[in-house]
Amino acid sequence: MSAVTSENLRPIGTPSEQLVAAARWRWFEFLFWGIAILCGLSMFAPMLGFNVPIIPSKMMLMSEILILGLLALSIDLCLGYAGLVTLGQGAFFGIGAYTAGLLAKHGAGVAPLSDPILGLLAAGLVAGFVGFATSFLVLRGSDLTRLMVTLGVALIVEELVNKLKDITGGSDGLQGVMSSPILGIWEFDLFGKTAFWYTLIVVFVCFWFCRRLVNSSYGYSLRAIKGNALRARAIGVPVNARLIQVYTLAAAIAGIAGGLLAQTTQFASPDMVAFHRSADSLLMVIFGGAGYLYGGLIGSVVFRIMQDFLSNITPQYWLFWVGVVLVLLVLFVRNGIIGLLSAAVSRSKGAGK
Amino acid sequence: MLTILFDGIAYGMLLFVLSVGLCVTLGLMNFINLAHGAFAMAGGYLTVVMMNWYGISFYWCLPAAFIVSAVLGVVLERTLYSRLYDKTHLDQVLFSIGLIFIATAAVDYVMGASQQIINLPAELNGRFEFLGASIGVYRLFVIIICGLLTVLLQYVIGRTRFGSRLRASVDDRRVARGLGIDVTGIFALTFAVGSGLAGLGGALGASILSMDPTFPLKYMIYFLIVISVGGTTTITGPFFASILLGIADVAGKYFVPSIGGFIIYSIMVLVLIFKPEGLFTRSTRR
Amino acid sequence: MTTVLETRGLCKKFGGITATDNVTFKLPAGARHALIGPNGAGKTTFVNQLSGVLLPTSGSIFLNGQDVTEWTVRARSRAGLARTFQINQLFADLTPLQSIIIAINERENAARSWFLPFGTRKDLVAEAVELAESLNLGDVLDERVGSLAYGKQRLLEIAIALAAKPTVLLLDEPAAGVPESERDQILNVVAALPASVSLVLIEHDMDLVFRFAKTISVLVNGALFVEGTAEEIAKDPRVRQVYLGEEEISHG
Repeated sequence: MSAVTSENLRPIGTPSEQLVAAARWRWFEFLFWGIAILCGLSMFAPMLGFNVPIIPSKMMLMSEILILGLLALSIDLCLGYAGLVTLGQGAFFGIGAYTAGLLAKHGAGVAPLSDPILGLLAAGLVAGFVGFATSFLVLRGSDLTRLMVTLGVALIVEELVNKLKDITGGSDGLQGVMSSPILGIWEFDLFGKTAFWYTLIVVFVCFWFCRRLVNSSYGYSLRAIKGNALRARAIGVPVNARLIQVYTLAAAIAGIAGGLLAQTTQFASPDMVAFHRSADSLLMVIFGGAGYLYGGLIGSVVFRIMQDFLSNITPQYWLFWVGVVLVLLVLFVRNGIIGLLSAAVSRSKGAGK
Repeated sequence: MLTILFDGIAYGMLLFVLSVGLCVTLGLMNFINLAHGAFAMAGGYLTVVMMNWYGISFYWCLPAAFIVSAVLGVVLERTLYSRLYDKTHLDQVLFSIGLIFIATAAVDYVMGASQQIINLPAELNGRFEFLGASIGVYRLFVIIICGLLTVLLQYVIGRTRFGSRLRASVDDRRVARGLGIDVTGIFALTFAVGSGLAGLGGALGASILSMDPTFPLKYMIYFLIVISVGGTTTITGPFFASILLGIADVAGKYFVPSIGGFIIYSIMVLVLIFKPEGLFTRSTRR
Repeated sequence: MTTVLETRGLCKKFGGITATDNVTFKLPAGARHALIGPNGAGKTTFVNQLSGVLLPTSGSIFLNGQDVTEWTVRARSRAGLARTFQINQLFADLTPLQSIIIAINERENAARSWFLPFGTRKDLVAEAVELAESLNLGDVLDERVGSLAYGKQRLLEIAIALAAKPTVLLLDEPAAGVPESERDQILNVVAALPASVSLVLIEHDMDLVFRFAKTISVLVNGALFVEGTAEEIAKDPRVRQVYLGEEEISHG
């Protein structure tokens, strides 16, 4: 990506300034988050007398898209930057969901304990801890063993959630999750308005953090590992330590995403740790394009809206089209939607010259 | 007790027939086809359709399932899969998950989401007592068929000209190519036979394994366990892995149903960590 | 003269094959040493043990007087041992400038910085640019490594290794596969390396070896066959025999 952007930049300034400029915010990024904020603001439209037919009723859906985007972002951090393939990110998502859900359920009323933000931190910490504990499993072996090991871990977590009925509520899910007001001030409302702003802010903070990370010296050392681990070791990059760190961080972020979903929907179910969760979120990254951070976010928007639309026709069609898109993507498209767009942009630029 | 062992062996042998094609193709082309289960599903549903819609005898369904799945396999191999050999494992996994989704959705659309039931021929139903174990006739039938197939496979791979070429190709694809072995052709044939065996396994298992549209996804994990435990360099490895898995699964579900799949998933993860090449592999490599 | 790199009784066995056979070897500071030997003599296996990619079956390795036999690749790299690879091992999706900065960052412990954008440290970037220019990479700083000409990639291999400011640099066939036209560039770069870096050149190409090396070790069947100055080796009839025999086969 950086190679592409530095080509687009005209060589102004010192090499250092050029490199730093690659990390600057671009117009399309402002556009992306601007649209997200506009979606939130649309909830006020009816009050002002405007009639925006779709958006206010879709608050919950939009929150969910953001949350799935955050989960996809955590995968992108592993896959797109450190080159770690994972098919088990749903495990951390679910662990976060149950952590936040249990805390909200049992801590309800106990003032600081029940605060959603604390719940999210706990979700991130617990998921991050499990991520750290299992990170040693992904250090060795090929992509194939990594896929299988992460899948295995996710399946074990799924089994645990299903079998520990006393704690998790088994296949019925965790009932009676009551989210307390955020910082004791903002109540969650029935229409998901508070939930949306809360989600948007949390997702943005996480995104901003990741964005700083991947554009930093640390982030470039991850790219070096992805590019060639053998060479990275030979120039002194602590490959294993970095992989453990990034896997742990990604697990924590997935946990926060899960916590958000549990808090905003006031529910946690085995569905949140199921295989399709891991597979779907990986697909979102691939849809959008791995290694751009925005890939997962855009992927989740497209994915979830398509899902909402097609599932209304028939659920089977949905699965069918996901399959078709996947097959076509693998065969014909590199780097997903963003890859397509940037290829189109550079082509039109080339034609303009 | 013996009954469980017997059922486990029958189940394991079935798993072996289902997964052996995947093991060999993975070893041969380093290609991971997670959609292998879809070929088994094709065989299973073909049996369902032939028996329940057209009233054709179960015994005719078995070879038909083999042939149809094999043809399906070779067509897909030549048209789609062959484009993926140079791609990453991630691409291959995504691609085959895509195929699983398509197959699942298509079967769901045509046949419905419910589990399919077939009526086995009367002579294959029933049980008899033998050495204190209650033995299902059909399971004995499965063991015999799968056992014969295993012996046949072992013979083909171990003793025939094709087998020695196949082994050479698995050991080192490039060298084999250099020696003038038509690796691509061997692979297409192996893929076809592997798919056919999966189809046959699906037909045999139509009444034991639950045949519904989620079949490829549900059994994918079993195939992966067989691969990870058995390795991909021999067929005896996957064979023992399948038997072990079959017994462990049947026994686990019988004795400790509460922990269910927990044990086998853990075993898979542990094996992958400590012996990434598989538990039953020859250790002559490196 | 101080010894910077040393092996004592180094052995590596793969199954029944002995790839490195009891090699005891000393590299003095500032050396221009070549390690030669016919195909399959175990040169790369030996280098892989020096750099830590492979662990020896027995024997030990000393770097600047420290026993590094059990050290990881990374620890050795930080202790001043750098290497290039016979087959390019580069970061295909990054640029040469980025690749070199990543290596410098690791040396300076700047890679732990996760907040400031990559390239903020002006001094390190300037150093990287200077290094790249000294290796004839100045004109391709911002191009994608994967699309560089092969000769440039070989130069980048050396640049990345040098970025760690090594005391010992192992060059594994630096000119292998480089077209004739770009070959001189690499030879000049190697010849111009500062004396503070002790060099071990693993080569097949006798022209390059005799242009560059002051001392030579010949490895045959994993064992040290003979050691000496370049002139001694050039005259040694046994070396000629080993080599000419091999040359005849490979040219015939």
